[in-house]
Amino acid sequence: MLKIKDLNVSINGKQILKNFNIEVNKGEVHAIMGPNGSGKSTLAAVIAGRDIFTVDSGEILYNGKDLLDMPPDLRAREGVFLGFQYPVEIPGVSMVNFMRTAINEKRKHFGLEPLTGAEFLKLMEEKKKVVDIQAKLTNRSVNEGFSGGEKKKNEIFQMAMLEPKLAILDETDSGLDIDALKVVANGVNALKKPDNATVVITHYQRLLDYIVPDFVHVLYEGRIVKSGTKELALELEEKGYEWIKNEVK
Amino acid sequence: MKELLIDLYNKNSELINNGSPLFVKELREKALEVFKQNGLPNTKTENWRQSDIQSRLEHEFAFNFVNQSKSLDVVDIFTCDVYDLDTFSVTMLNGWFVYQNAPITQLPDGTIIGSLSKAMEVYPEIIEKYLGKAADINKTGVTALNTAFMQDGLFVHVPDNVEVEKPIQIINIVDLKENTFLQPRHLIVVGKNSKLTVVHCDHSLVHNISFSNTVAEIFLEENSKYEHYKVQNMGKNSSLLTNLFIKQKEGSSLVTNALTLNGAFTKNYVDVGINGKNCNSELYGLYLVDSAQHVDNQVFVDHAEAESTSNQLYKGILDDESRAVFSGKVMVRKDSQKTQAYQNNKNILLTDDAKVFTQPHLEIYADDVKCSHGATVGQLDPNAMFYLHSRGLCEKTARQLLMYAFASEVVNAISIPALKESIDNMVQKRLRGELSICDQCLLHCNDRESPVFDIDLNKI
Repeated sequence: MLKIKDLNVSINGKQILKNFNIEVNKGEVHAIMGPNGSGKSTLAAVIAGRDIFTVDSGEILYNGKDLLDMPPDLRAREGVFLGFQYPVEIPGVSMVNFMRTAINEKRKHFGLEPLTGAEFLKLMEEKKKVVDIQAKLTNRSVNEGFSGGEKKKNEIFQMAMLEPKLAILDETDSGLDIDALKVVANGVNALKKPDNATVVITHYQRLLDYIVPDFVHVLYEGRIVKSGTKELALELEEKGYEWIKNEVK
Repeated sequence: MKELLIDLYNKNSELINNGSPLFVKELREKALEVFKQNGLPNTKTENWRQSDIQSRLEHEFAFNFVNQSKSLDVVDIFTCDVYDLDTFSVTMLNGWFVYQNAPITQLPDGTIIGSLSKAMEVYPEIIEKYLGKAADINKTGVTALNTAFMQDGLFVHVPDNVEVEKPIQIINIVDLKENTFLQPRHLIVVGKNSKLTVVHCDHSLVHNISFSNTVAEIFLEENSKYEHYKVQNMGKNSSLLTNLFIKQKEGSSLVTNALTLNGAFTKNYVDVGINGKNCNSELYGLYLVDSAQHVDNQVFVDHAEAESTSNQLYKGILDDESRAVFSGKVMVRKDSQKTQAYQNNKNILLTDDAKVFTQPHLEIYADDVKCSHGATVGQLDPNAMFYLHSRGLCEKTARQLLMYAFASEVVNAISIPALKESIDNMVQKRLRGELSICDQCLLHCNDRESPVFDIDLNKI
């Protein structure tokens, strides 16, 4: 589903990702771990299409298509989803208007009729349950006045609404207490299907107690230095990132 | 132009003063003297540097010193989005009050609504008490000019302890074939503990050059509540000066909201005198301009008494080579302790050629106050844009959503649900490029010239 080959990415002349490679197949959950500054968030942003980064070389194939050729909104409509580490507050844009627009743009992309108001509201009520959102979203602006936990829940709620094929979750666990972490993780697990894939980016092993990955990769200085199964995450937790740093030297 | 106007007054003084009480004539002539001294503001005049009215006046104008349209069925010629509101609606045609049955109506609750010109004859004692008492002729040349030439406009008197249920909507229409110079004058008095809302709409039905210089005086007695909405959607040859002078007594609350959706040249001046404690003044403005449109909002709030609050929020989106000016001044006098005064002006520029001049200004002589001011000029937030893109919203939709969100802060401050809804629709249409001035009126539908104003979304 996702194939990244020899990807080199820089920002303002500083190289962040160096000959980065990964392959993610349908039905898989991958975890990418790494110390601060290793390039985790850059990877997520580049897959989603953030234009502040420069792709110097390499390719990103998504279901065989060249992702780097598509603008970010087209990637999203094609099924790529980025769960933000820092979800953006957009005062004045209501959650309902935002989600309805997003869903209908996606439906239009696939030649489907837009959802009626009633159909949309029904869908929203259903998906709110996935991450246990009680609040009425009707009168709330996107992420405005949301607590850290609410913002992260809101990311997973949007994921539930948009039903992506490939979800990249960037530090979804940061800033969450254990209860919120469980809710978010349960949400992600509930959305798992045989034909979609999830890439979880995290600093800590903690999240992986709840979202169990098929593969774990360690990112260090812009490239994957170690790959393994979920046991690798535990080993990493035990030995710390110093272990990797020393190994790489 | 100054000499021409003075000459015009002298030649038509009999017509202008026809039927007016002596005190009105005296006020006009005093104003004319002041106008002779001060003339019209030019680009060297403080607060007029960026808004050149002299060049807007370099045309031949027709003046209507006699009311030619005493009675007219407005519904036949005019409907607009806002018109659907459940309001008590009055119309001004080419500067004169239009009425169907009587020039002045008295509602069962005692509220008087009607023509100012007629009210000068019928209620001289009320008029004398208020007329010219808020609009200081020494303040600006255009106020002196309006006072010299004032003949007609809306007169509203709400007695004490009356909440006027329906908003009064005043629609100002110009339909003359010649270039027209108008000077409407409105006088509104809201009694103690009373409540009134006025919606003031300006529309042009022709594409001729028009210059309108309106003065409205508004008196808010103790504990009264007043809201004033100004909706402007004028043609590309219109110049519109609106001067609101408001005097607030103790415990009164004021909301003004100037919504400029189209207009070649617009200057809104709001002058608030807070002359009592516990007053609240909320002053809002929204301007969405493109092509060579020019909009100027000038605000002066005088905290002459202690313990009152004022808040200004003006927002604008500018496309093409449009211009916006904001100058907000708050004066907090020496004994006006515990004053709270806030000013904010936010702008989004969509092109390199659009320009905004913003000058929030506080002048504080008291020491125990809470005041702040701020101004921003920027583009749409790239982080928010990316967030919307990442959910599949295309460039155009994302921009519209963010511009609408930016504007909605001012729209949401509208307290009448029906008006809020219709303004909201107009703003959305405007941002989609669908609101031309022709949308607003039936007369225009089959017009040969149909101007399209739209904010070009591809330029952000």
